[in-house]
Amino acid sequence: MTASRLVVTASPHLKAPASTPVIMWTVAGSMAPIVAAAFYFFGISALLVIAATTIGALAAEAGFGARRTLTDGSGVITGVLLGLTLPASLPLWMAFIGGAVSIGLGKRIFGGLGHNIFNPALLGRAFLMAAFPVPMTTWPAAPSTVWQLAGDNFAAPLMTADRAAMVTAATPLGLAKFEHTHTDALPLFLGTTTGSLGETSAAVILICGAYLAWRGFLNWRTPASIFATVALLSSFVHWVNPALPGPLFMLFSGGLVLGAVYMATDMVTSPTTNRGRWIFGAGVGVLVVVIRLWGGLPEAVMFAILLMNGLVPYINRVTQPRVFGTRIPGVAV
Amino acid sequence: MSTVLRALGFLHGVHPPEHKELTARVPIRRMAYPAEVVLPVRQHAGKPAKVVVTRGDQVERGDTLAVADGFISSPVHASASGRVTAIEQWPHPDGTTALAIRIAVDPHSAQVARPRMVPDWRHLTPQQIVQAVQDAGVVGLGGAAFPTHVKLAPPKDAKPELVLINGAECEPYLTTDHRSMVEFPERVHLGIRVMLQALGVSRAVIGIEKNKPDAIDAVRAAVPADLDVTVLPLTVKYPQGAEKMLIRSVLGREVPSGKLPISVGVVVQNVGSAAMIGEVFDTGLPLVERIVTVTGHGLVKPANLIVPVGTKLRDLLEYCGGLTGDAAEILFGGPMMGLPVSNLDTPVLKGTTGVVVLTRSEVRAQVSYPCIHCGYCLEACPVFLDPQYLGSLAMAGRYEEMPPHHLADCMLCGSCSYVCPSNIPLSQLFQSSKVAVRRLKAGAA
Repeated sequence: MTASRLVVTASPHLKAPASTPVIMWTVAGSMAPIVAAAFYFFGISALLVIAATTIGALAAEAGFGARRTLTDGSGVITGVLLGLTLPASLPLWMAFIGGAVSIGLGKRIFGGLGHNIFNPALLGRAFLMAAFPVPMTTWPAAPSTVWQLAGDNFAAPLMTADRAAMVTAATPLGLAKFEHTHTDALPLFLGTTTGSLGETSAAVILICGAYLAWRGFLNWRTPASIFATVALLSSFVHWVNPALPGPLFMLFSGGLVLGAVYMATDMVTSPTTNRGRWIFGAGVGVLVVVIRLWGGLPEAVMFAILLMNGLVPYINRVTQPRVFGTRIPGVAV
Repeated sequence: MSTVLRALGFLHGVHPPEHKELTARVPIRRMAYPAEVVLPVRQHAGKPAKVVVTRGDQVERGDTLAVADGFISSPVHASASGRVTAIEQWPHPDGTTALAIRIAVDPHSAQVARPRMVPDWRHLTPQQIVQAVQDAGVVGLGGAAFPTHVKLAPPKDAKPELVLINGAECEPYLTTDHRSMVEFPERVHLGIRVMLQALGVSRAVIGIEKNKPDAIDAVRAAVPADLDVTVLPLTVKYPQGAEKMLIRSVLGREVPSGKLPISVGVVVQNVGSAAMIGEVFDTGLPLVERIVTVTGHGLVKPANLIVPVGTKLRDLLEYCGGLTGDAAEILFGGPMMGLPVSNLDTPVLKGTTGVVVLTRSEVRAQVSYPCIHCGYCLEACPVFLDPQYLGSLAMAGRYEEMPPHHLADCMLCGSCSYVCPSNIPLSQLFQSSKVAVRRLKAGAA
């Protein structure tokens, strides 16, 4: 019997199967149906834009010298998520820069995986909104075949897209904000309206999220809290002023479902306590309704989540549960 | 009421794979005496015992080798007849060495103890019972090895109401308590009877995880008609067998932070310790052997064995058919809180609940990822700490900030490390942090 090959490790000696790369790759993989839906609704441009943001994200990850995080799956999540928030017609060089900014300014600069305060994909999107406001808010109509480009994706770098070649359409939120016409809930739920790549089909996103929740990689409390808050608040607002959109429209339009399911639940940038997740979700919900109805922009989910991201450390601190054996109810100190 | 209908539990906790099927149905056997036993004087919490034999002495099984040094201490007895060959430093399961008495076992001895008086518990005062339990060297057999008699002599102002017998055995792989309850339920009840008398308490509860229905049935069927003993099935969850969790599960009471179970009127004893007390008052023999589960996928023939205290790991493994080709790590105790042992001369102690041999594929990976704030550890911690925050403080060396975040309430159960997807050794960090905090306090004083 040889003892030389025995190892010595600290307890516990068993480990639950879920590992960080498994979680990250599962989340990344779970978005495949959403990407497929984007391809179905917007054609080949959808895949090109998502590929560009993902390559941009991974290039930044590698460029900042983080070899190991290149394979942990987190960079892919950021890249694909960012892609899903963009219009199909966005020139690819812009998408690439957005991906690189997401990881570079959104994650690496804070110290890499686990250290960032703000959701990297949304930070990247915020950058693109500031840098390229017109292409970021020009929405293509659905192409006639999936192989037809939705816009001038191959515009040369530093050149703006040729908008003349593009058929544009207004998003449901844009219609509501600027023309006061409300799209019905069913097309919103199924995704047959225009918008960014991943904000169209609520149904597909909810199914993917349910799978992640079942695997234990997504805490259902955050989206539940966001949906409940938006529904309650918009019902109230709609009751006071029927000219404003009702809860179904508010829930299934824009990026709310994608944001609530995939971005507000980002483990790194959302609270670690369950009470905190309810509060975080309520905060996002309130901000979404307020910004959509009274803000200058039709879309609000990005700013709502980014603002609440900043509050996470505070939320964590004030929502810690009562430690066992301390402050026992009914027991005098 | 069916054994499975009602099961009691605490909040949070984890569900590691049980792996108890390897030995759950294997009857307890007596291991053949090894050629040598080695008995450290430090086998219990409290002061080490004082050696009273010298090299060359002939000893019989059950003879005292070392006496208790004060009240919170426990004597050590010869676990086999033979000759004292050396009293020297010897490898200890905790990774250090300790003074130990080596006995060359007499191969021709029948290993029968000297005739001795069996104390008649019916006519003993509580003080006499406490003394008899201490003299027999009984310590907690659940792993912590706290001297059992100390818990039977609570402070004057304490009001014990209930004896709570811990039959949870929530550590994966181990079936020591399980088999004891199935095979020796009368011993358990005799032990309970003696403890109730020592404490002046009339009521006892035995908590058993419901994954051991045969143990629940056996112990329940053996409850003497004149004793108020309830057998309660518990949910299968780690760490159900942690003292404070068990009390929470059974009584719904929380032991205040920093206090002992007696502060809520409860005396907790491991079921193996109860059976051992029963044995002491049945045979008169002190604690010289114990039941050990020797198991794991890295072992050829897993077994539940009655083993002389001081049996070396090498002999135990050989008796169980040796290691398999992919055996990688040997543990004393269960895989959640057990100690890794790399020296095959390490002896089985009174508190050794089992020996588990893990295979290469089971051993924890050594690569860690950064904390992704998933919050799994907060959901796992049975005492509701924030392990990820405490872990970040520990990694930054900010030990002075840890006590306000209740580091002292961490019982090192390992649930946080178990669930951590980034494989951060949280439990290990907290163990070293506790040492660091003690050092800071010592430096400040």
